Amino acid sequence: MSILDSKIPDGPLADKWTKHKNEINLVNPANKRLIDVIIVGTGLAGGSAAATLAELGYNVKAFCFQDSPRRAHSIAAQGGINAAKNYQGDGDSTYRLFYDTVKGGDYRSREANVYRLAEVSTNIIDQCVAQGVPFAREYGGLLDNRSFGGVLVSRTFYAKGQTGQQLLLGAYAAMNRQIGRGKIKMYTRHEMLDVVVVDGKARGIIARNLVTGEIERHSAHAVVLGTGGYGNAFYLSTYAMGSNVTAAWKAHKRGAFFANPCYTQIHPTCIPVSGDHQSKLTLMSESLRNDGRIWVPKHKKDVEAIRNGSLKPTQIAEEDRDYYLERRYPAFGNLVPRDVASRAAKERCDAGYGVNKTGEAVYLDFAAAIERYGKEQAYVKGLDVDDKKVVTDLGKKVVENKYGNLFQMYEKIVDQNPYETPMMIYPAVHYTMGGLWVDYNLMTTVPGLYAIGEANFSDHGANRLGASALMQGLADGYFVLPYTIGDYLAHDIRTGPIPTDSKEFDEAENKVRADINKLINNKGSKSVDHFHKRLGKIMWNKCGMARNEKELKEAITEIAALREEFYKDVFVPGTENEYNEELAKAGRVADFLELGELFAKDALEREESAGGHFREEYQTEGGEALRRPEYQYVSAWEFKGKPSEAVHHKEPLEYENIEVKERSYK
Amino acid sequence: MNLTLKIWRQKDAKDKGKIVDYPINGISPDMSFLEMLDVLNQELIGKGEEPVAFDHDCREGICGTCSLYINGRAHGPQTKITACQLHMRSFKDGDTIYIEPWRAKAFPVVKDLVVDRSSFDRIQQAGGFISVNTSGNTQDANAIPIEKENADKAFDAATCIGCGACVASCKNSSAMLFVSAKVSQFALLPQGQVEATDRVLNMVKQMDEEGFGNCTNTGACEVECPKGISLENIARMNREYLAASLKG
Repeated sequence: MSILDSKIPDGPLADKWTKHKNEINLVNPANKRLIDVIIVGTGLAGGSAAATLAELGYNVKAFCFQDSPRRAHSIAAQGGINAAKNYQGDGDSTYRLFYDTVKGGDYRSREANVYRLAEVSTNIIDQCVAQGVPFAREYGGLLDNRSFGGVLVSRTFYAKGQTGQQLLLGAYAAMNRQIGRGKIKMYTRHEMLDVVVVDGKARGIIARNLVTGEIERHSAHAVVLGTGGYGNAFYLSTYAMGSNVTAAWKAHKRGAFFANPCYTQIHPTCIPVSGDHQSKLTLMSESLRNDGRIWVPKHKKDVEAIRNGSLKPTQIAEEDRDYYLERRYPAFGNLVPRDVASRAAKERCDAGYGVNKTGEAVYLDFAAAIERYGKEQAYVKGLDVDDKKVVTDLGKKVVENKYGNLFQMYEKIVDQNPYETPMMIYPAVHYTMGGLWVDYNLMTTVPGLYAIGEANFSDHGANRLGASALMQGLADGYFVLPYTIGDYLAHDIRTGPIPTDSKEFDEAENKVRADINKLINNKGSKSVDHFHKRLGKIMWNKCGMARNEKELKEAITEIAALREEFYKDVFVPGTENEYNEELAKAGRVADFLELGELFAKDALEREESAGGHFREEYQTEGGEALRRPEYQYVSAWEFKGKPSEAVHHKEPLEYENIEVKERSYK
Repeated sequence: MNLTLKIWRQKDAKDKGKIVDYPINGISPDMSFLEMLDVLNQELIGKGEEPVAFDHDCREGICGTCSLYINGRAHGPQTKITACQLHMRSFKDGDTIYIEPWRAKAFPVVKDLVVDRSSFDRIQQAGGFISVNTSGNTQDANAIPIEKENADKAFDAATCIGCGACVASCKNSSAMLFVSAKVSQFALLPQGQVEATDRVLNMVKQMDEEGFGNCTNTGACEVECPKGISLENIARMNREYLAASLKG
């Protein structure tokens, strides 16, 4: 029997959340003033949670490593946020959003959590609009929607290609209101370096002031981690440079189980790698797949001509192009889910059809959309639909209105005009579906320690559909945690402030100081980035889009060896008592070097292919992911001193309301 | 490409600071400006020296973290981009490049090229929000129809990333473009009307207290804004401010 208690309420799926809210403990408003909550991370999940808990009356202390909460990496999300509003009347419903999300996650997410997510999704849109988030509108003044990969309805709300920015600024504004009222105390440029556990409960954190280097103790009745994902373990990814796993990893070392670490989303529409100097990858919203057609040349000779510059993609005739997604998946075409689109691109490039110098790029082509929209506009305006120039100009205008900022971004990076020549794209690490294990209340296996948004594991399964991350971040922060945390805090109304002079705080602070001293006094010969890049190469080559037993075993050994070398030979310049970016980075890379090993261990254990997790040994004859029913569980790892000694726990996944079927997008 | 970098080095807020020369070779035109600085920093670390501190995070032009005054211009020689979107193909082999932090009294230097922009946060805390309870019990989103034109204009104002290029470019270190963007976003939306008077008065008051100068009407802010926030917003804020002052 598993020791993991998911605390899923009983009763029919559609009533679980309502029933749970009716039954859990409430905290009297006067008593909320006696309770402190620490929130680490101020993105969509952490920011919205901070604002809401402060609004409810709790004393919130919020921490972020950026110079302002407005800069959390949620700001970079482009495409949109899903909600089962059915404003378009195309058959959407809570059940369908739930169904698509569970199916899209390849039946590896928790049913009750996902249903709740779908249920509160409509509230999110109402909330954001009330806050003044400027979503796209139709001419009639109502909200506009678009569709996204993996679904057949238009349920995605958006603000051009900057939806994450607008939603984050909404949460930031809600936080500002509470900071102005004195209900949130904001600690910017602070990094959490440990959780303090007192009598088995999370009671505070040790944080480092990144400007002065000071080590600080902060206590609270509960600690919430909204610290995002750990994709930067791959070095190259679409994550912000500072995104890290440190807070979650330190929590793991204090007893929080880490679930499904190997579940990583590889996003299909990123700008390809251009060289060794590359520091990060840039994503192009997959909303582009609504209008762009993905192809590579059919013939190797054309590929070679393109690579040596003697042929332009626009010169390749229609019949000489392989629109491989439309060919393989006629029902969904270019709108297949991310894992399917990513793997298909890799398959073509591995077969030698990649169109850039490194052979790792495919085309995303808007010529057909420009022509289609142009003809439509010419017709509406009573102009000549056969005049190529008129049609192209009008079509470009429509495409510019939809994706202008993305096209501009592409042109700046690649130095090519995507209105004239097809974009080049390639998959890149973009999101981690694994994270700290949480129960239905979003509490980790450490009482009083919560994980929300990308930092937890529960909602996306083995794959994440487009526009669902923003939905989960805000659902957790605005609408789920504020209820569920009350159930726990109701027992703390008489506790009083938590003292920070206890032996537990001493011990945690000493540990943090020792770790920092070790890094700063190491005086090795190689930079932090040197080790980070090497870790990234192992992760991408052996734990990336496709994995196999042999390479995963190699990865485990190599990462452990690299970690040893890191501690022998890393050089961190400067001192600990100042603004020291290298020191901050060194601590983060040290944690990636541990997480990376657990990641590979988890991938090795999972002998099946599910969603973004593709084990080469387990595929269908058609090269699709082969899920195995015996692996229908969550892997939750318990820390025992070293990643190699982590103990494996399983939470079986039960699907009572959905028939588990083979996922097909044909 | 081989370049000479002239970089502002300043140990901390109290240090006087000075320009230091760094020659750098073998830079690819495909690198971003920040990747070029990464290369420099790796060289410095290799020599046992302290790398140059600079602010950066998303590296895709949206978080507003990167700052850098490059050859006398905020975010460098191109318009409508951040420093992370600037590529080395904008420079020539043999160029000398000056790299300085944002210069404004309200943005004190933290270290080298890193400045403290928390004054921007405090202006937002003074009123850059709509006071709605985050309860999820608000009215249906489509019950607040908004003219597309206004929604689009509000969005354009809302795209401000709070980088501070407007302040750095202004000879008076004015924050008017930044503040007016938020004021405009809410002034254009029905949700923002109820608190409009207090909002503009409080935000402008805070802006003055933080030590930002007055608008010079030069328009450098608009030219250097990576998101193309328009001067129209300043005009709108002035109208809002006047109306609020008369009411108040």
